[in-house]
Amino acid sequence: MAAGRNRTTERLVGAVFVSALLLNPPILGLFGVEETLLGIPVLYLYVFAAWAAVILLIALGARRISRAARAGRAGPGGEAGGG
Amino acid sequence: MFEPWFIVLTAFGYLALLFAIAYWGDLRAERNRSVINNPAIYALSMAVYATSWTFYGSVGRAASSGIDFLPIYLGPTLVFVCWWFVLAKIIRISKTNRITSIADFIASRYGKSATLGGLVAVIAVIGIAPYISLQLKAVSTSLSVLFTQTSSVPDGGSVTAETSVIALMVTVAMAVFAILFGTRHLDPNEHHEGVVAAIAFESVVKLVAFVAVGLFVTFGLYDGFGDLFARAAARGDLGHLFRLGGEGRYGQWITLTLLSMAAIVCLPRQFHMTVVENVDESHLSRAVWLFPLYLFVMNIFVLPIAIGGLLQFPDGQADADMFVLTLPMAHRQESIALLAFIGGLSAATGMIIISTIALSTMVCNDLVMPVLLRWRAIALDKRGDLTQLILAVRRGSSLLILLLGYVFFQYIGESYALVTIGLISFAAAAQFAPALIGGLYWKGGTARGALAGLSLGFAVWIYTLLLPSFVLSGWLPGSLLESGPFGISLLKPYQLFGLQGADPITHSLFWSMLFNIGGYFAVSLATRPGVAEIVQASRFVDAFREEAPTGRSADWVGGASIGDLRALLARFVGRVRAHRAFALHARGRGLLLDPDATADAELTLFAERLLAGSIGAASARVLVESISKGAEVGIDEVLQILDETSEVIVYSQQLEAKSRELQAATEELRAANDRLQELDRLKDEFLSTVSHELRTPLTSIRSFGEILYDQPDVAPEERRRFLGIIIAESERLTRLINQLLDLARLEAGQMDWAMEAVDSEAAIRDAVAATESLAAEAGIRVEIDVAPGLPPVYADRDRLVQVIVNLTANAAKFAGGPDARISVSARSDAESLLIGVADNGPGVPSDARETVFERFRQVASGRSGRPTGSGLGLAICRQIVEHFGGRIWIDPDYADGARFCVSLPRHRQDRGPDSAESLSAAQ
Repeated sequence: MAAGRNRTTERLVGAVFVSALLLNPPILGLFGVEETLLGIPVLYLYVFAAWAAVILLIALGARRISRAARAGRAGPGGEAGGG
Repeated sequence: MFEPWFIVLTAFGYLALLFAIAYWGDLRAERNRSVINNPAIYALSMAVYATSWTFYGSVGRAASSGIDFLPIYLGPTLVFVCWWFVLAKIIRISKTNRITSIADFIASRYGKSATLGGLVAVIAVIGIAPYISLQLKAVSTSLSVLFTQTSSVPDGGSVTAETSVIALMVTVAMAVFAILFGTRHLDPNEHHEGVVAAIAFESVVKLVAFVAVGLFVTFGLYDGFGDLFARAAARGDLGHLFRLGGEGRYGQWITLTLLSMAAIVCLPRQFHMTVVENVDESHLSRAVWLFPLYLFVMNIFVLPIAIGGLLQFPDGQADADMFVLTLPMAHRQESIALLAFIGGLSAATGMIIISTIALSTMVCNDLVMPVLLRWRAIALDKRGDLTQLILAVRRGSSLLILLLGYVFFQYIGESYALVTIGLISFAAAAQFAPALIGGLYWKGGTARGALAGLSLGFAVWIYTLLLPSFVLSGWLPGSLLESGPFGISLLKPYQLFGLQGADPITHSLFWSMLFNIGGYFAVSLATRPGVAEIVQASRFVDAFREEAPTGRSADWVGGASIGDLRALLARFVGRVRAHRAFALHARGRGLLLDPDATADAELTLFAERLLAGSIGAASARVLVESISKGAEVGIDEVLQILDETSEVIVYSQQLEAKSRELQAATEELRAANDRLQELDRLKDEFLSTVSHELRTPLTSIRSFGEILYDQPDVAPEERRRFLGIIIAESERLTRLINQLLDLARLEAGQMDWAMEAVDSEAAIRDAVAATESLAAEAGIRVEIDVAPGLPPVYADRDRLVQVIVNLTANAAKFAGGPDARISVSARSDAESLLIGVADNGPGVPSDARETVFERFRQVASGRSGRPTGSGLGLAICRQIVEHFGGRIWIDPDYADGARFCVSLPRHRQDRGPDSAESLSAAQ
């Protein structure tokens, strides 16, 4: 249980970093060119796709956490230590 | 197009609907059938984030700089990724401590500091009130756009007399709404279910309206996204909208992301909706993705509408900020235009309502009440029911804040200050972030640190954002921006200390955060927190660790009676509520409520928390103190006493630890001393034995020598016998000295060993042969019983022989009787070689079986009754055998005499599976 919670914490931290990377320059800048895909500018397409992916990530993570929280009342793994 | 009266009627009809929904929400709440008790409504209520600035302004921003409008909505998404670390924790803390606003939260974290709460409230009002005027302006501008119906291509529209009257009416309606539903009664949980229901409804309306306009533009005016973007590309001059890059744009993107990340937590209205109005912590886990999804859908059509507007009004006849309205109007889609207007109105009113409620709570609890309570002249703490007073203060401040917003809008309506106030507000709210986030994770943050950080950051914000916006509005001379105050160019507000190349927001955010975070950390590290701060810090930082938050009462100032406490509570939350709350609490703990009894820590804390829900943590603390018997002692002194006590406790703990260490060290020393004394005793014993053993042969040598010297006429055979004794004694002396040297070398580990695989059978036979003649002289029979095919052992051959010789010689001394005999046997098993040397003497007493192997331990000889030999032979044997990795002992089961056993490990290379075979074959 404790190990699972710590893994959740690590995954959350990972998700934060990945999301911040995806939605900010310079990664974002890579798509900031005047090209189109299916008639839609790639920048516009990319930002919304990445945004949707991040929202999906939050939803999946939140489902995990609320399931874990229901199994055993706990705080954020990082600080919950003694929980 | 619709008549103006119809539009105005629709607008007020919509507002009336809001009132109805709020009323219905409150009604359901009173009947315990809450409408807002689900995650979707909670997420929609958070969407108060999207104001008219989003509804109208995003399109305007997209029309000028493309995708730059997005970071404002991506930032919140990023915060919601780490909701579990930030939002969940803030909500848990706020629930346990009955936090009523962000000012209350920060004040409470730093020892319930009233000063800090007041400062936060002031910053919030200065930063947010103008933002309210921006909403009023949006309402008024959108109205005037709708009223301008003569031309098919409406102009931008501006604030006219009639629209500003309507804006005033909207303001009044909002004030009535805020007072009716925001301050109807004092709720210790600060929940306003009706308001939340109305805001959720507004969020649906603005989303539907915006998406409707987006669909109309994308699929009604054009043939889908592809067509729209293709036409934009054909225009040629819109390419910059799809690019990212260019000077400063990366920096600006990141700045806006950071700013909006701070805003989603720190904006008073967001804090109010997300934290204070949260009815159930578990709602958060659904809302965290529903809310970003809402923003996502809201933003899909921003760029299409902007491009549509730019394509439809190519010469800039229309204000891009109003494309949402002007596009459907230009195509005579009156109902869509009206829906868009209602959407904008809902975005504006939602923001106004929640900001007003949040700010008035803050102003009342953290600014007005602490002052009133401390103001001795009016002796507020001695008065009766204060519920009405608090409600009056809240209503008054609601009205005042809205009035302030309207006055701003009236007198500075068209100014630059108002247009940019959106981001400037965000930057003001961001000043709360260091104290808030730092306070969540760092126990070392102190009230003075937070105070320093906040005031420095706020000052820099005023200087680098607010003052310049005043200049650009023409209220201050332009020279301030161009050449700095008094011509000091280093102090130019947009290029502070010569920092260039950043846009004003990035520039201000950098400097204000530098001073804010720097001040917070530096002063926190330099000052020592008081007890109240330490207690609150660990309550906040360890919010999730503390399973039972009540009962911890280190900062409780006690002495109030239960009756006083209940009376105090009754004055703020009403008699019935107070009595019910106390009764429930008492029943839960099995407590008797004797009004004259002194309230215990838990009850006092419980009462303080209930009070805090109504008037804020700082004021609640002041009040509970005022009725406590210890109140004559000032709070500072109490804190100081507690502070000193805790210091003394720390010191005494340190002392205890020190004395424990000392005790342990003493024990060790004593043991070492005992060992040394024992060694000293052994050494003395050894020396005396050695000298005794040396003296015996020396004495006999000397006496026989003297006899021969003094009596030259001793018979020749007598002389020969004496000389024989002298020689024998000398040999014994030599042997003794040799053995002593051997033993010394063995014990010092200086012996030269010639370790090799030794044929054990040959070694045994050699050794027995060496002693056989001696034994034969004494008439002792020697039997050898060696099993055939003995394995080799890893040893020094000469030493091994020495061991067996010693043992047989020793046996020869004790063997006796008519049938005196010694038997030497050897066997082997899988692991070792076993040699036994037995005699038929008297045997070794069981208590001496270990000690005979010690130096100079001798057992009386069977024959003469006195010890013979040096007493070193067995000691040497043991040293040697142990060096070979073997063991020597006396067989306790041997009944006929004494049997010495030696076991030696078999030679390593010989140990293997086949050795077992050879062994079994041998047996």
